[in-house]
Amino acid sequence: MATWMKIGWALLLGVMVAALLPRLREVMTHTPRGGRGDWAATLLPLAAVVAFVAFLLWLV
Amino acid sequence: MNFATTTTRTRPSLLATNEVIRHTYTLLSMTLLFSAAMAALSVWLRLPPMVYLLSTVGALLLIWLVLPRTANSAKGLGVVFAITGLLGLGLGPILSTYLALPNGPKIVATAFGGTGVIFLGLSGYALATRRDFSFLGGFLFTGLLVVLVAALANIFLSIPALSLTISAVVILIMSGFILFDTSRLINGGETNYVLATVSLYLSIFNIFIHLLSLLGIMGSDD
Repeated sequence: MATWMKIGWALLLGVMVAALLPRLREVMTHTPRGGRGDWAATLLPLAAVVAFVAFLLWLV
Repeated sequence: MNFATTTTRTRPSLLATNEVIRHTYTLLSMTLLFSAAMAALSVWLRLPPMVYLLSTVGALLLIWLVLPRTANSAKGLGVVFAITGLLGLGLGPILSTYLALPNGPKIVATAFGGTGVIFLGLSGYALATRRDFSFLGGFLFTGLLVVLVAALANIFLSIPALSLTISAVVILIMSGFILFDTSRLINGGETNYVLATVSLYLSIFNIFIHLLSLLGIMGSDD
Protein backbone atom coordinates (compact mmCIF):
# COMPACT_ATOMS: atom_id res chain seq x y z
CA MET A 1 0.00 0.00 0.00
CA ALA A 2 1.34 3.43 -0.94
CA THR A 3 2.44 5.64 1.96
CA TRP A 4 -0.17 8.30 1.28
CA MET A 5 -2.90 5.66 1.33
CA LYS A 6 -1.60 4.34 4.66
CA ILE A 7 -1.77 7.88 6.03
CA GLY A 8 -5.26 8.30 4.58
CA TRP A 9 -6.53 5.09 6.19
CA ALA A 10 -4.84 5.97 9.48
CA LEU A 11 -6.54 9.37 9.47
CA LEU A 12 -9.90 7.80 8.68
CA LEU A 13 -9.60 5.19 11.44
CA GLY A 14 -8.35 7.87 13.85
CA VAL A 15 -11.38 10.05 13.11
CA MET A 16 -13.70 7.05 13.62
CA VAL A 17 -12.12 6.28 17.01
CA ALA A 18 -12.29 9.96 18.02
CA ALA A 19 -15.96 10.15 16.97
CA LEU A 20 -16.99 6.94 18.77
CA LEU A 21 -14.95 7.31 21.99
CA PRO A 22 -17.16 10.03 23.59
CA ARG A 23 -20.20 7.80 23.09
CA LEU A 24 -18.59 4.87 24.91
CA ARG A 25 -19.50 6.02 28.43
CA GLU A 26 -23.09 6.78 27.38
CA VAL A 27 -23.46 3.33 25.76
CA MET A 28 -21.94 1.53 28.78
CA THR A 29 -24.26 3.43 31.17
CA HIS A 30 -27.45 2.69 29.26
CA THR A 31 -26.77 -0.89 28.26
CA PRO A 32 -28.78 -3.36 30.36
CA ARG A 33 -26.96 -6.26 32.01
CA GLY A 34 -27.43 -9.71 30.54
CA GLY A 35 -28.15 -12.82 32.54
CA ARG A 36 -26.39 -16.17 32.23
CA GLY A 37 -29.10 -17.42 29.89
CA ASP A 38 -28.72 -14.36 27.68
CA TRP A 39 -24.99 -14.94 27.25
CA ALA A 40 -25.51 -18.62 26.55
CA ALA A 41 -28.09 -17.72 23.90
CA THR A 42 -25.54 -15.36 22.34
CA LEU A 43 -22.49 -17.62 22.48
CA LEU A 44 -24.30 -20.47 20.74
CA PRO A 45 -24.83 -18.71 17.38
CA LEU A 46 -21.40 -17.06 17.58
CA ALA A 47 -19.80 -20.47 18.12
CA ALA A 48 -21.71 -21.64 15.06
CA VAL A 49 -20.27 -18.70 13.10
CA VAL A 50 -16.74 -19.64 14.22
CA ALA A 51 -17.29 -23.27 13.17
CA PHE A 52 -18.77 -22.19 9.84
CA VAL A 53 -15.86 -19.84 9.07
CA ALA A 54 -13.41 -22.66 9.97
CA PHE A 55 -15.29 -24.88 7.51
CA LEU A 56 -15.03 -22.20 4.79
CA LEU A 57 -11.28 -21.88 5.44
CA TRP A 58 -10.96 -25.66 5.06
CA LEU A 59 -12.92 -25.46 1.78
CA VAL A 60 -10.48 -23.07 0.16
CA MET B 1 -49.39 4.57 41.95
CA ASN B 2 -50.91 2.55 39.17
CA PHE B 3 -50.06 -1.15 39.44
CA ALA B 4 -52.10 -2.15 36.42
CA THR B 5 -49.14 -2.48 34.07
CA THR B 6 -49.54 -3.88 30.61
CA THR B 7 -47.46 -7.02 30.17
CA THR B 8 -48.31 -7.73 26.53
CA ARG B 9 -47.83 -5.49 23.56
CA THR B 10 -50.94 -4.15 21.88
CA ARG B 11 -51.92 -5.38 18.41
CA PRO B 12 -51.23 -2.02 16.67
CA SER B 13 -47.75 -2.08 18.24
CA LEU B 14 -47.08 -5.58 16.90
CA LEU B 15 -48.39 -4.64 13.46
CA ALA B 16 -46.16 -1.56 13.42
CA THR B 17 -43.13 -3.63 14.42
CA ASN B 18 -43.83 -6.21 11.71
CA GLU B 19 -44.15 -3.42 9.17
CA VAL B 20 -40.76 -1.96 10.18
CA ILE B 21 -39.19 -5.42 9.88
CA ARG B 22 -40.75 -5.95 6.46
CA HIS B 23 -39.65 -2.53 5.16
CA THR B 24 -36.14 -3.04 6.56
CA TYR B 25 -35.55 -6.37 4.83
CA THR B 26 -37.09 -5.13 1.59
CA LEU B 27 -34.85 -2.06 1.55
CA LEU B 28 -31.85 -4.16 2.61
CA SER B 29 -32.40 -6.55 -0.32
CA MET B 30 -32.63 -3.66 -2.76
CA THR B 31 -29.53 -1.93 -1.41
CA LEU B 32 -27.51 -5.15 -1.45
CA LEU B 33 -28.43 -5.71 -5.09
CA PHE B 34 -27.57 -2.10 -5.94
CA SER B 35 -24.28 -2.36 -4.07
CA ALA B 36 -23.42 -5.58 -5.94
CA ALA B 37 -24.19 -3.90 -9.25
CA MET B 38 -21.94 -0.97 -8.37
CA ALA B 39 -19.18 -3.41 -7.36
CA ALA B 40 -19.50 -5.20 -10.70
CA LEU B 41 -19.33 -1.87 -12.52
CA SER B 42 -16.24 -0.92 -10.51
CA VAL B 43 -14.52 -4.23 -11.38
CA TRP B 44 -15.39 -3.78 -15.06
CA LEU B 45 -14.05 -0.21 -15.07
CA ARG B 46 -10.88 -1.41 -13.24
CA LEU B 47 -11.01 1.48 -10.78
CA PRO B 48 -7.79 2.12 -8.81
CA PRO B 49 -7.34 1.11 -5.12
CA MET B 50 -7.71 4.66 -3.86
CA VAL B 51 -11.40 4.52 -4.84
CA TYR B 52 -11.98 2.24 -1.82
CA LEU B 53 -10.56 4.86 0.56
CA LEU B 54 -12.44 7.74 -1.08
CA SER B 55 -15.74 5.86 -1.24
CA THR B 56 -15.43 4.83 2.42
CA VAL B 57 -14.80 8.45 3.43
CA GLY B 58 -17.79 9.58 1.34
CA ALA B 59 -20.06 6.91 2.81
CA LEU B 60 -19.02 7.72 6.39
CA LEU B 61 -19.64 11.44 5.81
CA LEU B 62 -23.13 10.61 4.52
CA ILE B 63 -23.79 8.32 7.51
CA TRP B 64 -22.63 10.83 10.12
CA LEU B 65 -23.73 14.15 8.62
CA VAL B 66 -26.61 13.56 6.19
CA LEU B 67 -28.42 10.38 7.25
CA PRO B 68 -29.46 11.59 10.75
CA ARG B 69 -31.22 14.60 9.16
CA THR B 70 -32.94 12.69 6.36
CA ALA B 71 -33.76 9.34 7.96
CA ASN B 72 -37.35 10.40 8.70
CA SER B 73 -38.10 11.65 5.20
CA ALA B 74 -38.19 10.21 1.67
CA LYS B 75 -34.74 11.71 1.06
CA GLY B 76 -33.43 9.09 3.49
CA LEU B 77 -34.02 6.40 0.87
CA GLY B 78 -31.82 8.27 -1.60
CA VAL B 79 -29.13 8.67 1.04
CA VAL B 80 -29.21 4.93 1.82
CA PHE B 81 -28.73 4.06 -1.83
CA ALA B 82 -25.93 6.65 -2.06
CA ILE B 83 -24.17 5.07 0.95
CA THR B 84 -24.51 1.50 -0.29
CA GLY B 85 -23.66 2.52 -3.84
CA LEU B 86 -20.45 4.23 -2.71
CA LEU B 87 -19.39 1.25 -0.61
CA GLY B 88 -20.18 -1.09 -3.49
CA LEU B 89 -18.10 1.06 -5.84
CA GLY B 90 -15.20 0.93 -3.38
CA LEU B 91 -15.45 -2.84 -3.28
CA GLY B 92 -14.44 -3.08 -6.94
CA PRO B 93 -10.66 -2.63 -6.52
CA ILE B 94 -10.64 -5.16 -3.65
CA LEU B 95 -12.55 -7.73 -5.71
CA SER B 96 -10.23 -7.12 -8.67
CA THR B 97 -7.22 -7.88 -6.45
CA TYR B 98 -8.70 -11.14 -5.19
CA LEU B 99 -10.02 -12.19 -8.61
CA ALA B 100 -6.48 -11.90 -9.96
CA LEU B 101 -5.28 -14.61 -7.51
CA PRO B 102 -4.95 -18.23 -8.81
CA ASN B 103 -8.10 -19.42 -6.99
CA GLY B 104 -9.53 -15.92 -6.74
CA PRO B 105 -13.03 -16.56 -8.13
CA LYS B 106 -13.46 -19.44 -5.64
CA ILE B 107 -12.37 -17.22 -2.75
CA VAL B 108 -14.75 -14.42 -3.75
CA ALA B 109 -17.65 -16.82 -4.29
CA THR B 110 -16.99 -18.55 -0.96
CA ALA B 111 -16.86 -15.22 0.88
CA PHE B 112 -20.07 -14.11 -0.84
CA GLY B 113 -21.94 -17.30 -0.01
CA GLY B 114 -20.48 -17.49 3.48
CA THR B 115 -21.58 -13.93 4.27
CA GLY B 116 -25.09 -14.73 3.09
CA VAL B 117 -25.29 -17.87 5.22
CA ILE B 118 -23.97 -16.06 8.31
CA PHE B 119 -26.43 -13.18 7.91
CA LEU B 120 -29.46 -15.35 7.19
CA GLY B 121 -28.57 -17.77 9.99
CA LEU B 122 -28.11 -15.06 12.62
CA SER B 123 -31.16 -13.08 11.51
CA GLY B 124 -33.26 -16.22 11.48
CA TYR B 125 -32.03 -17.10 14.97
CA ALA B 126 -32.85 -13.63 16.33
CA LEU B 127 -36.28 -13.57 14.63
CA ALA B 128 -37.17 -17.10 15.74
CA THR B 129 -36.06 -16.79 19.38
CA ARG B 130 -37.23 -13.14 19.69
CA ARG B 131 -34.61 -12.75 22.44
CA ASP B 132 -33.58 -9.31 23.64
CA PHE B 133 -29.90 -8.89 22.73
CA SER B 134 -29.73 -5.26 23.85
CA PHE B 135 -27.32 -6.27 26.65
CA LEU B 136 -24.68 -6.79 23.95
CA GLY B 137 -24.52 -3.07 23.12
CA GLY B 138 -21.69 -2.08 25.46
CA PHE B 139 -19.63 -5.18 24.76
CA LEU B 140 -19.90 -4.78 20.97
CA PHE B 141 -19.19 -1.05 21.08
CA THR B 142 -16.07 -1.59 23.17
CA GLY B 143 -14.92 -4.43 20.92
CA LEU B 144 -15.41 -2.25 17.87
CA LEU B 145 -13.25 0.51 19.34
CA VAL B 146 -10.49 -1.95 20.28
CA VAL B 147 -10.51 -3.39 16.75
CA LEU B 148 -10.36 0.06 15.18
CA VAL B 149 -7.32 0.93 17.31
CA ALA B 150 -5.65 -2.39 16.46
CA ALA B 151 -6.36 -1.87 12.75
CA LEU B 152 -4.93 1.64 12.98
CA ALA B 153 -1.74 0.30 14.57
CA ASN B 154 -1.46 -2.53 12.05
CA ILE B 155 -1.48 -0.12 9.11
CA PHE B 156 2.10 0.74 10.11
CA LEU B 157 3.14 -2.47 11.89
CA SER B 158 1.95 -4.72 9.00
CA ILE B 159 1.88 -7.91 11.12
CA PRO B 160 0.06 -10.68 9.15
CA ALA B 161 -1.01 -12.54 12.32
CA LEU B 162 -2.53 -9.34 13.72
CA SER B 163 -4.32 -8.76 10.43
CA LEU B 164 -5.80 -12.28 10.61
CA THR B 165 -6.85 -11.74 14.22
CA ILE B 166 -8.47 -8.40 13.41
CA SER B 167 -10.46 -9.96 10.56
CA ALA B 168 -11.61 -12.84 12.77
CA VAL B 169 -12.65 -10.50 15.58
CA VAL B 170 -14.47 -8.14 13.19
CA ILE B 171 -16.50 -11.05 11.83
CA LEU B 172 -17.52 -11.99 15.39
CA ILE B 173 -18.34 -8.39 16.36
CA MET B 174 -20.40 -7.83 13.22
CA SER B 175 -22.21 -11.11 13.85
CA GLY B 176 -23.03 -9.78 17.31
CA PHE B 177 -24.28 -6.55 15.75
CA ILE B 178 -26.62 -8.51 13.48
CA LEU B 179 -28.14 -10.14 16.57
CA PHE B 180 -28.25 -6.78 18.37
CA ASP B 181 -29.82 -4.83 15.49
CA THR B 182 -32.34 -7.54 14.61
CA SER B 183 -33.35 -7.80 18.25
CA ARG B 184 -33.87 -4.02 18.38
CA LEU B 185 -36.16 -4.28 15.35
CA ILE B 186 -38.21 -7.07 16.93
CA ASN B 187 -38.51 -5.49 20.37
CA GLY B 188 -39.34 -2.00 19.12
CA GLY B 189 -36.00 -0.40 20.02
CA GLU B 190 -35.54 0.70 16.41
CA THR B 191 -38.58 2.03 14.56
CA ASN B 192 -36.82 3.70 11.63
CA TYR B 193 -36.30 1.17 8.85
CA VAL B 194 -33.83 3.45 7.01
CA LEU B 195 -31.44 3.49 9.98
CA ALA B 196 -32.01 -0.21 10.60
CA THR B 197 -31.15 -1.00 6.97
CA VAL B 198 -27.88 0.97 7.12
CA SER B 199 -26.87 -0.79 10.37
CA LEU B 200 -27.52 -4.25 8.95
CA TYR B 201 -25.88 -3.38 5.62
CA LEU B 202 -22.70 -2.23 7.36
CA SER B 203 -22.55 -5.48 9.35
CA ILE B 204 -22.95 -7.54 6.17
CA PHE B 205 -20.41 -5.41 4.29
CA ASN B 206 -17.79 -5.74 7.03
CA ILE B 207 -18.31 -9.49 7.37
CA PHE B 208 -17.83 -9.89 3.60
CA ILE B 209 -14.67 -7.74 3.50
CA HIS B 210 -13.04 -9.53 6.42
CA LEU B 211 -14.13 -12.99 5.37
CA LEU B 212 -12.56 -12.23 1.99
CA SER B 213 -9.38 -11.18 3.80
CA LEU B 214 -9.30 -14.37 5.92
CA LEU B 215 -9.97 -16.64 2.95
CA GLY B 216 -7.47 -14.74 0.81
CA ILE B 217 -4.67 -15.12 3.36
CA MET B 218 -5.42 -18.71 4.34
CA GLY B 219 -6.35 -19.83 0.84
CA SER B 220 -3.21 -18.59 -0.86
CA ASP B 221 -0.45 -21.03 -1.74
CA ASP B 222 2.32 -18.78 -0.32
